[in-house]
Amino acid sequence: MTGWLRNDGRKGIRNLTVVVYLVECAHHVAREMVFPYRESGANLLGFPGCYPNAYAHRMLRQLCTHPNVGAALLVSLGCEGFNRNALLEEIRATGRPADVLVIQQEGGTRRTIEQGRVWIEAALKQIADVPRVEMAVSDLIVGTVCGGSDATSGITANPAVGRAFDLLVESGARVIFEETGELIGCEQIMAARAARPELAPELIACVEKAARYYTTMGHGSFAPGNAEGGLTTLEEKSMGAYSKSGNSPISGILKPGDVPPESGLYLLDVVPDGEVRWGFPNISDIQEIGELIACGSHVTLFTTGRGSVVGSAVSPVIKICANPETYRRLSEDMDVNAGRILEGGATLEEVGREIFDQVLRVAEGGRTASEALGHSEFSLVYKSFEPLGPGCLPG
Amino acid sequence: MNPPTDPRLLRLHPADNVLTVIATLEAGDRLQFGAESVLVPARLALGHKVAAQALAAGEKIIKYGAPIGSAKCAIAAGEHVHTHNLQSDYLPTFQRGEGQHYEHTT
Repeated sequence: MTGWLRNDGRKGIRNLTVVVYLVECAHHVAREMVFPYRESGANLLGFPGCYPNAYAHRMLRQLCTHPNVGAALLVSLGCEGFNRNALLEEIRATGRPADVLVIQQEGGTRRTIEQGRVWIEAALKQIADVPRVEMAVSDLIVGTVCGGSDATSGITANPAVGRAFDLLVESGARVIFEETGELIGCEQIMAARAARPELAPELIACVEKAARYYTTMGHGSFAPGNAEGGLTTLEEKSMGAYSKSGNSPISGILKPGDVPPESGLYLLDVVPDGEVRWGFPNISDIQEIGELIACGSHVTLFTTGRGSVVGSAVSPVIKICANPETYRRLSEDMDVNAGRILEGGATLEEVGREIFDQVLRVAEGGRTASEALGHSEFSLVYKSFEPLGPGCLPG
Repeated sequence: MNPPTDPRLLRLHPADNVLTVIATLEAGDRLQFGAESVLVPARLALGHKVAAQALAAGEKIIKYGAPIGSAKCAIAAGEHVHTHNLQSDYLPTFQRGEGQHYEHTT
């Protein structure tokens, strides 16, 4: 496998130009300039809010300097609070082609779109010369998320991803799981897997924070439908989501935008710090995928029972379908049919190996189902985080 | 422990003492446990659990290789394991109450 070598030494499995709107008011203009190039390596992302937010700034910085990204064009209305010049300088400092177009200065919608298309075309040509170098599994960062879960998720796709995560960690990769709100009830089990004693209380604190947050939001975690699906206790339900993490020791905790420093398994803490003030920690699966990518994920493993169809900007999404009936209905949207486990067609180990092989195929440039269908969803909203506490990361 | 040979039961982890039903079982079906065969008394949908072996009252129920609660009473091999005979050990337990809010129970 080969990757695009960036100046910071990281290697990408895609070579994209991103166009970034810095307020919702610039979204249409940014989307229009990307449209003709959406099949040629241009992706759209952005932040809708007018008021500045440190988390959003950090997220966009990490995404614009992600190893899958070769160039970035910022699109500003002109009066929003986002510090466009700071972001531009941070991207340029990495050696990537980067620029900003300010709609109010360029002369409005049409002229900005024209200017943007000229810029994108030049950037795509320029980054085609970025050197490709040998890349190993140990260079990869892989995230996982579940969405549209049903009774099959916790018995096929999630544990199969866990098997794939174990194989990836054995090969020296960095892997990330998340959604602390769905880990309520297995924090002690998780703490017992901490690679270092000082990490254990931090893992428990992450889940306790999530429990407090969801309590305030009034969002229950164990619904009557869960019991009908055969789940008896909260810890059992949580274990179904947690099984995506596999059996490796937990090496550390990340917050959105933190890149894992060395090989191993990491928990991404997605619940904001401080008082509850921004609504639900993540408004959709898309926002979670964006956070995994901001932590450097080259690929995201997305397990679904009912059948999500999404992809993502910046990094490909491999969809692993837990339910064989859903797979038959939505097969064009799926990459792996983990539901075969229920029909005697494969074991968890075999599907885990297949997922591992799919990661390599996609890292070598093979398109995922969502890429082939043009999916490149992105969502980013207000949040706030404190820096990681001591003991959260190895070394 | 008799290794279950029935293909409609999935063991998620070698240490598990419950097995997950991966097909809908109808009342009157029989489950194969090694040489033994166990009657299914009532319909069991995909995702439900049965005991992989005889379990004593108070014994930890293991699924995914981790404890998911304790047996409330003795459970026979092949018997349905659910809210009537398995309770959470998670304290405080968060349960969904009338007002859709978490309730702290101990």
